Amino acid sequence: MSKAVTIFIDGREISAFEGEKLLWVALRNGIYIPNLCAIRGKKRPSGSCRLCYVQVEGRSEPVTSCTLPVKEGLSVQTRSPRVDRLVRSAFELLLSHHRLDCRSCAKRKSCELLKLAKERGLKMRLSRLAPLEHEWPVDDSAETFVFDRSRCVLCGRCVWICREVARVGALGFSRRGIRRVVTTFQDVSMAQSRCTECGLCVEACPSGALYFKEGKQPAAAGQNLSRGG
Amino acid sequence: MRGNAAAVQERYLKLKAGADARVKALYSEPVIRVGTATCGIAAGALPVKEAFARAVEEKGLPAKVIEVGCMGHCYAEPLAIISRPGFPSLCYGYLDAELAARLVEDFLINDDPCYEFALVALEPNDVFPTFSDFPRGVYEQKIVLEHCGFIDPGDIDHYIARGGYGALAAALGKNPAEVLEAVKASHLRGRGGAGFPAGLKWEAAVKAGSGEKYVICNADEGDPGAFMDRGILESCPHQVIEGMLLCAYAVGAEKGYFYIRAEYPLAVERVRRALEQAREKGLLGKDILGSDFSCELEIFQGSGAFVCGEATALVRSMEGKMGIPATRPPRLAEAGYRGRPTVLNNVKTFAYVPPILNRGVEWFRSIGTEDNPGTAVFSLVGKVAHTGLVEVPMGTTLRQLIYDVGEGLANGKAFKAVQIGGPSGGCLPESALDIPIDFDSLQEAGAIMGSGGLVVLDEDDCMVAIARYFLEFTQQESCGKCTFCRLGTKHMLDILTRITEGRGEPQDLEILEELAEEVRAGSLCNLGATAPNPVLTTLRYFRDEYEAHIFEKRCPALMCKELIVYYIEPQRCSKLCNVCVGSCPVEAIYTREDGLKAIDQEKCVKCDNCLKTCPPDYNAVIKLSPPGLLAEKEGKRP
Repeated sequence: MSKAVTIFIDGREISAFEGEKLLWVALRNGIYIPNLCAIRGKKRPSGSCRLCYVQVEGRSEPVTSCTLPVKEGLSVQTRSPRVDRLVRSAFELLLSHHRLDCRSCAKRKSCELLKLAKERGLKMRLSRLAPLEHEWPVDDSAETFVFDRSRCVLCGRCVWICREVARVGALGFSRRGIRRVVTTFQDVSMAQSRCTECGLCVEACPSGALYFKEGKQPAAAGQNLSRGG
Repeated sequence: MRGNAAAVQERYLKLKAGADARVKALYSEPVIRVGTATCGIAAGALPVKEAFARAVEEKGLPAKVIEVGCMGHCYAEPLAIISRPGFPSLCYGYLDAELAARLVEDFLINDDPCYEFALVALEPNDVFPTFSDFPRGVYEQKIVLEHCGFIDPGDIDHYIARGGYGALAAALGKNPAEVLEAVKASHLRGRGGAGFPAGLKWEAAVKAGSGEKYVICNADEGDPGAFMDRGILESCPHQVIEGMLLCAYAVGAEKGYFYIRAEYPLAVERVRRALEQAREKGLLGKDILGSDFSCELEIFQGSGAFVCGEATALVRSMEGKMGIPATRPPRLAEAGYRGRPTVLNNVKTFAYVPPILNRGVEWFRSIGTEDNPGTAVFSLVGKVAHTGLVEVPMGTTLRQLIYDVGEGLANGKAFKAVQIGGPSGGCLPESALDIPIDFDSLQEAGAIMGSGGLVVLDEDDCMVAIARYFLEFTQQESCGKCTFCRLGTKHMLDILTRITEGRGEPQDLEILEELAEEVRAGSLCNLGATAPNPVLTTLRYFRDEYEAHIFEKRCPALMCKELIVYYIEPQRCSKLCNVCVGSCPVEAIYTREDGLKAIDQEKCVKCDNCLKTCPPDYNAVIKLSPPGLLAEKEGKRP
């Protein structure tokens, strides 16, 4: 194991291992930093959601904590005007491409977007931006769950867990730019894909993009493997 | 030191002697060098070359017609240099087949060099001016482009005869650390755009330990209006190969790749041929020049995604994955291609290395400025009179570059802005023309050096539309991985589109500015982080144009289609002319009772044909903005 170091998050003295990414150190110590795409078991962080910004002492621009290796004496603030501005902006950008109808959303009790908004005092509505349109219909072809891409935030947790934990590889990223999407090979429906309906992706999904159908939640559910151990 | 330095040198000198003899024999008879890089071919160089060859054959002359690359004077293409013993070598521009045949006859047979068609002489002489007699020649200093356009890229001996591969031969007699030290001491900054010191990058790869390492040449040039890397690879590929080999030697790599976009077929072809010839001569492959240094170079063709010019995305695409940037650390120098230490530099960066080693660090640092030694290579395009590939010392001002090197604006129009650095760069106004060209000054002004595209814009260019154009480019080329680039550029583009279509609202400017700043600060890779630059700089320097679009629904440059109408001025129109009527694709132009022409605005699609075709004697078609001006004009109909 690498060497133990002492770092400071919001002035709090915390011990960690050198080279660990700051985000995980903070979360382990009960300090919340917004995040969606971070996956603990993934070697190279994806760094795609751009929510986990922190202010590092001695650096003018905020940096993403999922990519920040800790070293002795590192001192960061989880909040600063610049951090808050980037988080607020990234959050609103994600919302602008996310169907905002929380009352009808099956994940409203476990939604990480709602949690983030609550933690940081952000609104679940658009203040500056016009909503962007979605082109994908809801896929309810699978027996146990529904895939609604209009609520997908492209965090990639489902893709990772399907490939690396379930070892199925039914889901992947496809297309570029604004059309980037999580989909199956050749865009077939979930039922036609190689999906085994293990349900891991549904548990990994932070939003209402993947949710179990009424009464179809597996008994052993509740463990989010993209976030654990 | 690898192997026997004296033996390596001896082997090189033998190659050099052979090359010298061949080139000398070639030039003992007349030689016609036709510029056939992509720019030349596009302007019609191939028929010109054929015409030269045919004329030489018909007349039974001993002259040779050979192909060379681009010498940078693209505005005068097709170009050819005619060298005839006893005369200075003369360069002719604006050629066609007829003129080619005439030059053969007049110059090579009748001893008349036709000075009236010559642009410049290559060597000092008593009869015709050379490059240094023109303003451009005074400002230009060629290091990377030194041989471009003067040697046959398809014949390695032409490069060797000019001292090519001499730096490699000398380096093989030294310790790799000495090569690294020289590059570090030269303060050479990477020419891909960011200006990171090449020596530090190389050193990081050395420190990453031993074992398999890679050298990659980034030739995924994709900025609209940029063609420096293409020009260099098509004109002097060996200089880049030599630079890569020197890098491989310095960092201990035995394998390297040219990452060339597939849209550059001629560059791919010429590099491939150059690699074959280098291999035949023992300059590439196993035991180079008899030393125990081995290095293999290969071509990898990129498939055209702009983001693959970003280092991590480039490497991932080579590994067969989606071309999407990855987070750093680790840096490529630690874990790059296949997880191994990798040095990735731009074409131009590698091309600087042989001259630096040949002529010394002091020489290199004496050119340019203290923090930005060396030269800057630009593709000078847009509304400038003399478009082309130019190389000036760092620290030259934009004004000198545009007005002295580029001979000012084309068609007598007024200068408005210069766009530097492509979609990642910015638009600088007249007031910024006196800032020196270097990485730091340009960044301060809001633009970037980029890889060297420089587009001159004139009074007819709408800055909002230009910003929109570049943002549309990056938005379409965004890989979509990170939130800011995927969604931020989309929203920015939507706002800009609204403004150019006359649907802009007062709060749009503020939102646009905020978003631009956030996308800059928040994006994962530099494609996203620099995407707002064209917007930020136009907002900074040309805010009045945005305001005219939003508040007056007026496009000051008369470019945004939704904000203009076409109108035929009756006072200028002639009853005797019907040209515009025929040019209109939608029959929107009709003849009035008095015989003059008028436009049916309901039908008009604003294609600009009538304005283009109206004879200069009349110039009766004008554009009006805002469209409301039309009522005023029509009310005054005589």
